[in-house]
Amino acid sequence: MTKPLFDKMRSVENFGHSLSMPAYYFQPEDMEGVDQILHTAKDEGLTVTVRGAGRSYNDASLNAGGIVLDLHGINHILEWQPESGIIRCEPGVTIQQLWQQVLPDGWWPPVVSGTMATTLGGCLGMNIHGKNNYKAGTFGEHVIEFIALLPTGAEVTCSPKKNGDLFRALIGGMGMLGIFTSITLQMKRMYSGLLNVTAWNVPNLGVHLEEIETHKDEADYLVGWMDCTAGGNGLGRGQLHQANYMAEGADPEANRNLKLEFQTLPTKFFGLVPKSALHYFMSPFMNNAGAYLVNTAKFLVGRKKTYRQPHASFHFLMDYVPGWELSYGKQGLIQYQSFLPKENAMPIWTEMLHLSHKHHLPSFLGVTKRHRPDGFLLSHAVDGYSLAMDFKITNGNRSRLAGMLQEFDQMVLQAGGRFYFAKNSETLPKTALTFFGGETIEKFRVLKKRCDPDNLLESNLYRRVFGK
Amino acid sequence: MPKPNSEIMPHITPLHPRRTAVLVGASSGIGAALARQLAEEGYSLALLARRNEMLNLLCNEINQKAGETRAKAYQHDVCDHASVPALLQEILTEMGGVDLFIYNAGVSHAAGLKKYDLEKDLRTMEVNLLGALAWLNPVAAMFQSLESGQIVGISSVAGERGRVGNPSYNASKAALSCYLEALRNRLTRYGVNVLTAKPGFVETDLLAGAKGTFWVIPAEQAARDICKAIRKKKQDVYTPARWRWVMLVIRNIPSFIFRKLVF
Repeated sequence: MTKPLFDKMRSVENFGHSLSMPAYYFQPEDMEGVDQILHTAKDEGLTVTVRGAGRSYNDASLNAGGIVLDLHGINHILEWQPESGIIRCEPGVTIQQLWQQVLPDGWWPPVVSGTMATTLGGCLGMNIHGKNNYKAGTFGEHVIEFIALLPTGAEVTCSPKKNGDLFRALIGGMGMLGIFTSITLQMKRMYSGLLNVTAWNVPNLGVHLEEIETHKDEADYLVGWMDCTAGGNGLGRGQLHQANYMAEGADPEANRNLKLEFQTLPTKFFGLVPKSALHYFMSPFMNNAGAYLVNTAKFLVGRKKTYRQPHASFHFLMDYVPGWELSYGKQGLIQYQSFLPKENAMPIWTEMLHLSHKHHLPSFLGVTKRHRPDGFLLSHAVDGYSLAMDFKITNGNRSRLAGMLQEFDQMVLQAGGRFYFAKNSETLPKTALTFFGGETIEKFRVLKKRCDPDNLLESNLYRRVFGK
Repeated sequence: MPKPNSEIMPHITPLHPRRTAVLVGASSGIGAALARQLAEEGYSLALLARRNEMLNLLCNEINQKAGETRAKAYQHDVCDHASVPALLQEILTEMGGVDLFIYNAGVSHAAGLKKYDLEKDLRTMEVNLLGALAWLNPVAAMFQSLESGQIVGISSVAGERGRVGNPSYNASKAALSCYLEALRNRLTRYGVNVLTAKPGFVETDLLAGAKGTFWVIPAEQAARDICKAIRKKKQDVYTPARWRWVMLVIRNIPSFIFRKLVF
């Protein structure tokens, strides 16, 4: 090391507050700064991980002992064409910046995450999905073109037709092949700032999945909440939310509600509690008994209802309570999301839910979605469903939870399922090898060697899953 | 730079967290005993010493007992100051972090009332003090930035008074204790704990052949006392504990009496 950088160290945490790693933390303001840091990394023999908003639940943007390159400050919208709905952005632009730029002109991002805090670079690196995955595909499917800086120093422009192999590998490539410098996206035309939303209860897992299947063709968005604490006849019960765009001319007040001031999230709950303080009130319920109580109450008060809701309120539920993840306590939380082919979801999740009850480790929150396969190299999607489960970590449950998730992994793999790298934190190389297959892993390795021959780009996630 | 052995530490995940410790001067004596004790307490260890064979044996013993890779050997001579930052970086990357740093390297040469040997004195200073500075400076900078971490310096009761028998050893340990105190005063406000360990006579190579020793304890006992102080985040620890009171008396013996004593 030519010049020690130890005083640049920072403890970098994941979103679940369950893991923190020491790293040299840099926040460049422009791409020149990025270039300089890459040179520093090469000179010092350090690896680099790119970080956006730091919203991954696991170790995707952590790099113990290496450089974490926080790009959220490189966040200019470079070009916006309101006539065609095409937008070109820097990688640090957030989903919030994006929708706030395009909605007043009658457009909406075709795929968004459950929080608007994520950056486009992060969304692309992880190829995120939304509540409309079965219809609109992943975020990457709406990219017209991107420019990426490869560790070799080369800048490549990629689109589905140009450098297609890199296009399909960098999207969803966990930031391990190159750094996005400019992202061009196609937005979706909107004729109202409102969505038609219907919510209804589903009494058990069978109906839960059937209803998703029945409504998926007519729904623009479809998402389920699952009460993972319920057993017996109510196993897998929950509530579905379906949302549909309003057709052209259907909303006489479109001009008013497309404006940003109309797209607000609630600021207070029960008219009293400011949302920034709500997580303190949630903490006492973050245990098995409390979770059972809250989940049961939510299910019991659930009635079929139809209403109109602004886009922002429907999509960004996770932003309703800022810092909600803090309510899980000092040891944080992990999320376990399994993707299963549609024919296998019912038996496997039945077994998984039973197992979690047997171990007294119920998930405090479950979310179901419908998916479709995509053509990206490291794809998590299947023609089926996903169930995301949140688990609280305590000092006493770590090894039991780890053991249970290992069992889950085996069940999912045997059923032809997949996992998602922005969420699961315990996936092992042999698991990844099984669901991707050796050929895909080899293809990725060949591209890695081509784009990054010196392994400059590495994260804890990459080292964990790709077995370094 | 010498390459460490090829074993790879298990990955740190939310459900498989680990504390990691770096131990400089680990091949024998208090260092080896500390390594065994810390491994039992669940630490993953980077063990550093000059004597590679002994170090590898110790690593194998620890890893076999734990049933997984828990210790890695790094051959290192503390007199090679220039190699320290790169080696610390390598350890940091391979271990996934450093929570605890222990500087235990130390030498002593038997002197006598009428013996003066600059070469040996310089070596004593080089290992006991300058090596410590070379390591503790970057480690302190790192912990200060991270606002966490624990530093342990294995000093000695010998650092509390200059005695007739071994002036350079006394001086090296006195300087080390003072440096550790300064680090403590600097780093406590950043949430970093600095512990000065002051063993009395311990059954180690260092003591071999020494005359006039008493209350000699095995290295394992010293390691247990030091680990307990680490757990409790103490600022100093005497081992065995009675030395605290003995040293209180010795520190306060007036010079006109002390210079007449021959211990």
